[in-house]
Amino acid sequence: MLDQANSLPDKNMVASRIEDLPIRVVSPKVGVLARIKNIWTFRELLVSMVRKELRIKYKNSVLGFLWSLLNPALYLVIYYIVFQKILKNNMPLFAIFLLCGLLVWNFFSNALSSATTTIINNAGIVKKVAFPREILALASVGAALIFFLLQACVLVLALAIFQVMPAFGYLWLIPFALFALVLFASSLAIALSAINVYLRDTQHLMELVLLAWFWATPIVYPFQELGVRLTQKGLLFLYFFNPVTVIVLTFQRALYAKLSYLNSGKAIPLLPGYSPGWFALQLLIVVLVSAVLFLGALMLFARLEGNFAEEL
Amino acid sequence: MPAAIEIDDISKHFRLYHEKYTSLKERVIHLNKLPYDEFWALKNVSFDVNWGETVGLVGHNGSGKSTLLKCIAAILKPTSGEIRVRGRVAAMLELGAGFHPELSGRENIYLNAALLGVSKKDVDLRFDDIVDFSELGPFIDNQVRYYSSGMYTRLGFAVAVNVDPDILLVDEVLAVGDENFQRKCFDKVEEFQEEGRTIVFVSHSPDIVRRVCDRAYVLDHGKIVGEGTAPEAISILREFQARGSGLASMIASISEDSSSLLAAGAVQEQISLPGDRVMVDQISVAFPGTSGAGHLTPGDPLTVTVSYNATKPISGVLVGIQLFDQKGDLVFGTDSDLLGLEPLDVGSEGELEFSFPSVAVSDGLFSVAVGFTSAIDQRIYDWQNQELAFKVISNGKSSGYLKLEPRLILNGEAVPFKS
Repeated sequence: MLDQANSLPDKNMVASRIEDLPIRVVSPKVGVLARIKNIWTFRELLVSMVRKELRIKYKNSVLGFLWSLLNPALYLVIYYIVFQKILKNNMPLFAIFLLCGLLVWNFFSNALSSATTTIINNAGIVKKVAFPREILALASVGAALIFFLLQACVLVLALAIFQVMPAFGYLWLIPFALFALVLFASSLAIALSAINVYLRDTQHLMELVLLAWFWATPIVYPFQELGVRLTQKGLLFLYFFNPVTVIVLTFQRALYAKLSYLNSGKAIPLLPGYSPGWFALQLLIVVLVSAVLFLGALMLFARLEGNFAEEL
Repeated sequence: MPAAIEIDDISKHFRLYHEKYTSLKERVIHLNKLPYDEFWALKNVSFDVNWGETVGLVGHNGSGKSTLLKCIAAILKPTSGEIRVRGRVAAMLELGAGFHPELSGRENIYLNAALLGVSKKDVDLRFDDIVDFSELGPFIDNQVRYYSSGMYTRLGFAVAVNVDPDILLVDEVLAVGDENFQRKCFDKVEEFQEEGRTIVFVSHSPDIVRRVCDRAYVLDHGKIVGEGTAPEAISILREFQARGSGLASMIASISEDSSSLLAAGAVQEQISLPGDRVMVDQISVAFPGTSGAGHLTPGDPLTVTVSYNATKPISGVLVGIQLFDQKGDLVFGTDSDLLGLEPLDVGSEGELEFSFPSVAVSDGLFSVAVGFTSAIDQRIYDWQNQELAFKVISNGKSSGYLKLEPRLILNGEAVPFKS
């Protein structure tokens, strides 16, 4: 034990090192900037927490990561049967359209539902070790992002198989939209993870909220079906209160790229014909709103964090 | 040189809810009328821990010592005040470190080290040391949820001491695990002390505190009520423990509302009033059986002479004696009451003698502690320690702690001595 590679410091070394040592201040003050800095210094932990989340999720399962691909695959089959065969909606390449929105939604809902319970599920760690606990919520988002990337491979594959041409003028918006989505999901994840420690109802409530939210977002149905009617009533702005709508629309516009289709001689509108600039502006608004939410979530988290160890 | 840990006037406030409402419905129903008691787990605690010191926090259950340690470890946040901690902190709180039950021991080592801010590269270097220390060997790839509590603790301690912490926080964990592992932990703690690392140690075992700590603070109801060297702190703690039941009833009689802290403060002042006391003046040992040698051989007689003085002649006094070995473990202890003797009436000064016809210990250096308590209210008048009072050197007939004299009988006949 004594002949370790990096030999342990002797007394003098300890003394000379003291001035350089990091100081940790434990106080009830809430310093949001200090917290962000702290999260940054623990970024290596974030990576290993994401890895841990993934490992635990599929521990003792034979198919492992395949499960995460089976979920959207099953959705595809069911919605395809229901909408194309039973309800006879003649949308071309409905599967691709659906997958664009589903991808975004799966990320969002996975991130939020696992972040909501993450602090309770990691009680053993939270009660024993001090580290920026926001990392737990961020790790949930990170794990969801990994699944998103896996499922995105399915989408790319589908695009290639069906030889769908994306709208190249809009493709550059995708990373921007993804960034907005991650930031928005992260801020909600941080807030929800802390609230659920004190109000365990949050996790059940979230299931319902996410269900309603799913249908409030143009994933299964095309935006224009509702958009046209809302525009007539002057209520379209309401629809854009939902940041996920903007992000889903961006994905659909860039990858599915069909504004309308002909059904028995009649043109049915699918997606709005806004310019890339319009999308960029909308995404910028989402990013700014999410940034404010993110700071708010950190402040809320900092207030609630102080008694986690007692509440768990 | 700045202190390793600066604790600046911290208080920690809890609300003890009579019933805990964690569901939304209950919260809404009981909005604004949640029945709870205000409870200060810590109140205006301030002290510094210097580099290289081992500081003990002692106190009875609920005194706030574990809460204080959690605040130092940044696991709980104080309600007010500030703690500044320099360097890397490894904490061993109650049972084990923070492990995830679904992960294997190996994965948990990496996770735990990452939580403590240690990079994967550094863990790779120390991985074998950690596994060796934990004695988990072949079980290291099993999921932690199948570990016994002993294995859990061993792994936690192994990680904590091998991540090169500047400050080690330990809470009672050494009470778990077999004796062998405990010894290893104490060796490691001693190694840390020699290397000049800082340790904060929470325990309610006086033996461990005496053995490990340079200094100790005594906590009671969230306040520091005493500090000093380990033996001094222990005698303050004993005084409080002896008062324990009395304290509770006094608080109840003074105040019936929940502002018990004020009441506790008032009681503390009463306790610290000196009053009449019997004090140990000097402890001396003599070896009547040996002819002038400065040590005993096993089985020799021993006398311990205590000179005392009292503020006035006092009746109803009990006297106690304890012998400790070099590690601070209690070897022997008793008092006049346990021996079935009448309480003593002591004058304002005098001398007492404990006479041991035979000290049946083998090799070692021993310390003697003598104290006076009141037979009436168990109040401790004084408790003094004489470090390294006498030495026993074995005559080579046996090894180990005790002097026993077995006889050997072969087929019913005693084996004869060598001629």
